[in-house]
Amino acid sequence: MERLSKYKNIAAVIGCILLLIAPFIITNSYYLHIMVLIGVYIILSLSLNLITGYTGQLCLGHAAFYGIGAYVGALLMLNLNVNFFIALIASAVVSGLFGLVLGIPTLRLRGDYLAIVTLGFGEIVRLVFVNWADVTRGPMGLPGIPTPSIFGFQISGRTAFYYLIFILVALTLVFMNRLTNSGFGMAMQTVKADEIAAESIGIYPVKYKLIAFVISSAMAGMAGCFYASYVSYISPTTFVYNTSVTILAMVVLGGLGSLAGSVIGAVVLTLIPEVLRFISDYRMLIFGALMVIMMIFKPEGFWGVSKRVKNIYKIKAGGGRRERDSKSK
Amino acid sequence: MSEILRANNVSMVFGGLTAVDSVNLTMNDNEILSLIGPNGAGKTTFFNMLTGVYKPTTGNIIFMGEDITDLKAYQRVEKGISRTFQNIRLFSEMTALENLLVAHPKCNQENLGKVVFGGRKLKAARREIVEECEQILEVVGLQDKSAELATNLPYGKQRLLEIGRALATNPKLVLLDEPGAGMNTIEKNELSDLIYYMTEKMNKKVLLIEHDMKFVMGISDRIVVLDHGELIADGKPEDIQTNEQVIEAYLGKGIEDDEE
Repeated sequence: MERLSKYKNIAAVIGCILLLIAPFIITNSYYLHIMVLIGVYIILSLSLNLITGYTGQLCLGHAAFYGIGAYVGALLMLNLNVNFFIALIASAVVSGLFGLVLGIPTLRLRGDYLAIVTLGFGEIVRLVFVNWADVTRGPMGLPGIPTPSIFGFQISGRTAFYYLIFILVALTLVFMNRLTNSGFGMAMQTVKADEIAAESIGIYPVKYKLIAFVISSAMAGMAGCFYASYVSYISPTTFVYNTSVTILAMVVLGGLGSLAGSVIGAVVLTLIPEVLRFISDYRMLIFGALMVIMMIFKPEGFWGVSKRVKNIYKIKAGGGRRERDSKSK
Repeated sequence: MSEILRANNVSMVFGGLTAVDSVNLTMNDNEILSLIGPNGAGKTTFFNMLTGVYKPTTGNIIFMGEDITDLKAYQRVEKGISRTFQNIRLFSEMTALENLLVAHPKCNQENLGKVVFGGRKLKAARREIVEECEQILEVVGLQDKSAELATNLPYGKQRLLEIGRALATNPKLVLLDEPGAGMNTIEKNELSDLIYYMTEKMNKKVLLIEHDMKFVMGISDRIVVLDHGELIADGKPEDIQTNEQVIEAYLGKGIEDDEE
């Protein structure tokens, strides 16, 4: 076991180094663009996994939070000349607040009410983007969103954005890893498994559902702000129901309640449409068929919960060896 | 003998059905109290009111001198009441040890900031939690099953694990809903050893529902009988065994002889 984890660490280090020098090997800017997009989708699927995979609440409007983050970030940077990193935090906060307002009434109920409410919320947000023309310029979208700058250095070009998203994804992964492999993460999973049993051991389900939902929407908002700055143009067509479903498909195909699964799901589902571009007419057909095959043969996803680390604390205390005999009367 | 739990005139009405009808019950310190009664007598409903799954329609519940009628289930756990379920409700995709860990108050009250930024201190605290939970696993005799998924354990062991999970919440009072159901004689003997160990060595109070009369008569200090939601008898096992009303509730009334 110990040797296995050693190999795992070596593989992780090599993987990290490869990813870090990737921009120097892959000079094709289209490939680099795809890699940045994958980064954005990794953050989105990780964040959705927190509420859907770990806490077990179906959310069908993740693109709405993504969109709110993008628009808040873009408007702040365009109209108020706010620095990108402050806009990043602001969009996370605003998206998180929307999550809170939406979550308080719906997450108190048991059942799939969140799915219905977020579905509606996604549509409302899209319609607001389209119709609030004074602020969002409606279907024309917002062009010319500035690139980030740190201490006077302007981050521009694909390579710089690649490193920026690399850092954001790494931070998200560390955060999610610590969060899910903890008592807090375990409590979230008890809410998914059985709310009555969770209450019987002193866990208040609403608290965990709400916190998971707020973190999830805040992270989606952050991804949106990055995206806005990266492509420098946003329009309502990016943040439609289809996007929500794509992100959900990444989470489900990757594996509900598994971080590695979310990453794999995001990579695969971002790549497939690009790889299949040469037969673009049949793209969605093949995509759909793949989904069906996957659900039949590997319903748990690419990297399901069964592969998760057992004993969350990774501690083997050995226990106080109490004499068993003293137990019997 | 001081009193630890009292139900005052507690009733539960579901629509037109009165599941529990103004039951008065007290539980004293240092006694193992059993609740028995035929199927549908309202035992589990009564349990659910004690643990906060249902709020009683009328009446109130006093635990250690404190009115807990309005508290939710998770708040009652903090007060020191924990339970097991008649139909086992373990977290089947978690290991035996994890099932106890999540129930441990220090584990499920880890807060966000500590979890994300915690360092050595957090690790030390966690080691302590794991140690305590491993000790509880030993108490219920599952120390060599700690890495086993709950769903893969045999039925009797799952029952024991659920008792372990109830103990991990560090309760004062443990409510066991048919702990012996589906167990064979050997397992039942182990179970009664465990219950004695809990009450004598760990200083826990135990209130249980059970159907196996031999088991109940052996282990209880006092027995309360429910029938059709009403309390029909309350007394020592010997008295309950000979109580006319109880026998009638279980076996039915004899048919009057017409020929005489």
